[in-house]
Amino acid sequence: MTVKSAIVLDHVTKIYRRFGSRHFATLKSALLRRSILEDLKPSETFCAMNDVSLRVPTGSTFGVIGRNGSGKSTALKLVAGITKPTSGTVTVTGRISALIELGAGFHPEISGRENVFINGIMLGLTKREIERRFDEIVEFSDLADFIDEPVKNYSSGMYMRLGFSVAVHVDPEVLLVDEVLAVGDEAFTHKCLDKFADLKRRRKTILLVTHSLNLVERFCDEAMWLDGGRNEAEGDSKRVVDAYMAKVQLDEERQLATADVRARQDADSAARSQPRAAEAAGPTADVKHLGEGRWGSRVVEISQVGLLDLHGQAAHVFQAGDLMRIHLRVRASRPVDDFVFAVGIFNAEGVCVYGTNTEIEGFRPQSLSGDADVFLYFEALELVEGTYKVDVAVHTRDGVPYDYHRLFYTFRVKSRTKDVGIYRPRHRWEFEGQVSIAPQEPS
Amino acid sequence: MWHNLAQLLRYRGLIQSLVARELKARYRGSALGIFWSFGNPLLLLLIYSAIFKYFVPNRDSTVQPYVLFLFCGLLPWTWFAASLNESVGSLIAGGNLIKKVLFPAEVLPIVSVLANMVHFLLGLPILAGFLVYYAYTGPGAAPGTPAIAQVALHPAELIWLPVVILIQLVLTTGLALMLSALTVHFRDVRDILANFLTFWFFATPIIYPVQSVPGLKPLLDLNPLTHLTVSYQEILFYPDNAFGHVYWLLVLGGVSVVVFLAGYWLFDRLRDSFAEVV
Repeated sequence: MTVKSAIVLDHVTKIYRRFGSRHFATLKSALLRRSILEDLKPSETFCAMNDVSLRVPTGSTFGVIGRNGSGKSTALKLVAGITKPTSGTVTVTGRISALIELGAGFHPEISGRENVFINGIMLGLTKREIERRFDEIVEFSDLADFIDEPVKNYSSGMYMRLGFSVAVHVDPEVLLVDEVLAVGDEAFTHKCLDKFADLKRRRKTILLVTHSLNLVERFCDEAMWLDGGRNEAEGDSKRVVDAYMAKVQLDEERQLATADVRARQDADSAARSQPRAAEAAGPTADVKHLGEGRWGSRVVEISQVGLLDLHGQAAHVFQAGDLMRIHLRVRASRPVDDFVFAVGIFNAEGVCVYGTNTEIEGFRPQSLSGDADVFLYFEALELVEGTYKVDVAVHTRDGVPYDYHRLFYTFRVKSRTKDVGIYRPRHRWEFEGQVSIAPQEPS
Repeated sequence: MWHNLAQLLRYRGLIQSLVARELKARYRGSALGIFWSFGNPLLLLLIYSAIFKYFVPNRDSTVQPYVLFLFCGLLPWTWFAASLNESVGSLIAGGNLIKKVLFPAEVLPIVSVLANMVHFLLGLPILAGFLVYYAYTGPGAAPGTPAIAQVALHPAELIWLPVVILIQLVLTTGLALMLSALTVHFRDVRDILANFLTFWFFATPIIYPVQSVPGLKPLLDLNPLTHLTVSYQEILFYPDNAFGHVYWLLVLGGVSVVVFLAGYWLFDRLRDSFAEVV
């Protein structure tokens, strides 16, 4: 190893003991059962970190990503030394400062000034060192006017700013950051990032736990993706982020797929249990039906619905602007000549984004018998990011349903642009005259 | 354990500033501030003086003036009891620090004990003032007993006072460490302690002289606080200048060190669970 490592995790496993579910609640009962020693041992365990090895070279910035509960914060606490690994070793070289919870040691009753000193001492500085950095700390936090106020009068943003400011001015060789950039306003966040960049330039090691993949891509040299306490991928941050995103998309896909199946099963059983009632209710009552459901006479039945992507694969997650195809497989139990195919798309708030049917669009039904396939193509999903639900139906030209599937099918539109609204018309910007504006580099 | 114990010395700056913070925070917003540390024992002493002079005069001739006798035991007891009461909850109250910052947990109960020691030390001059005042005026002396004509404070005895205080500090810290660590796992320690302290108070010769209950003496001798209290009383209250309790005190000193080490050992054993359970 020629490169020095600031942080080394060697086959680290962390098993959390679950004291919460133990069988005694009081000392008395423990004494009565004479089982204090056994009860102090954990009964159940939870593996938060499973054989993870990691090397963070000195001076590099390292990101840790993963879903909630994947062990990111445990990793950070292990590195910080707040908890000890169950097995394996953690070695950290250099002074650590952990931004895990900002202002954790603040006492509300005393002034910001005094808290800076005590917090600094807690983080390992001496009084003299703090005195030397005090002005810098206050200036960075923008709290010069309030520094002699008791901290209890601070807003939560001020509190965090002061905590952050103290922690980064400890001048750590290793800085651990846990999702704390979300605390300040825009300006302060920029300041924090600048500070990180500054630390990076000065060859300090930064370990960053975050959900902001952007930040990891932009900022980190390397990254690790944790899932269920396991090291899922590690290496170049861009590659790790891409792998993680792909997995997230896959999971969403799977989730929506199972939700679809469940909804359909529910509907089938509901329809079977009260088929007559559903038929009798007719469309007028049912159109206002808000939840999912399925009704109709089933003379023509929609036996299968698929949302297909460009390649004809069933999909639930689409990129904005992608092609989407809705496929209906219908079966007529007897030949009919009065039928309309209909599709509606609703957003998560239940607003109808678009609805159409073959009747509106001027198709004249002639005959339908046996099996048939109907396809509706959307050349480009011009929608903003979000979750959408689909209604599909076959009914008569008068609107009497053969088979109506209400909000059974879900798809998600993903987008890199965080625009708002529902509909995203194709658009572009142009600038002329005395204006200088550059496209932001893709982050 | 020994390594961690040695580390404690490194944290003295932290302990010092936390004790200062504790004291500052307690009086923050009050007009008299730190003077309450003098004011509280002073007012209490005045109230007790009035009560034992006019309402329930204590006729035991060996303990006159009674209010001073009482105070010699009460002041250290207050330190002891308040330290334990505060330190049992200190780990839970400081949970944020233990969970989120790399923080030596034992500092928290130690700070509770030390902050209360400061209150105790600030109360001592008040007591001393009254001792001197009564010694010269002797208004509390009951008829038929020799008036306390001389100052009860003898330099030969007074040099023992720091020793007694040190022993109490070691003993209290040991118990505080033990109880605070147990409270993390058994929250009821706090309530048990509160009640037990009431019992303990009366099982210690604070409101009565130890000589008045000769039958119980063997039992009282088992109570470490008995020896602390008697030591304070001999040094501060009884006028003769021979500190007769010195052997008991030294035994207690040994016991305190054992209690401290046991407390620290237990604390150290449970340390790793704090961040997860608190």
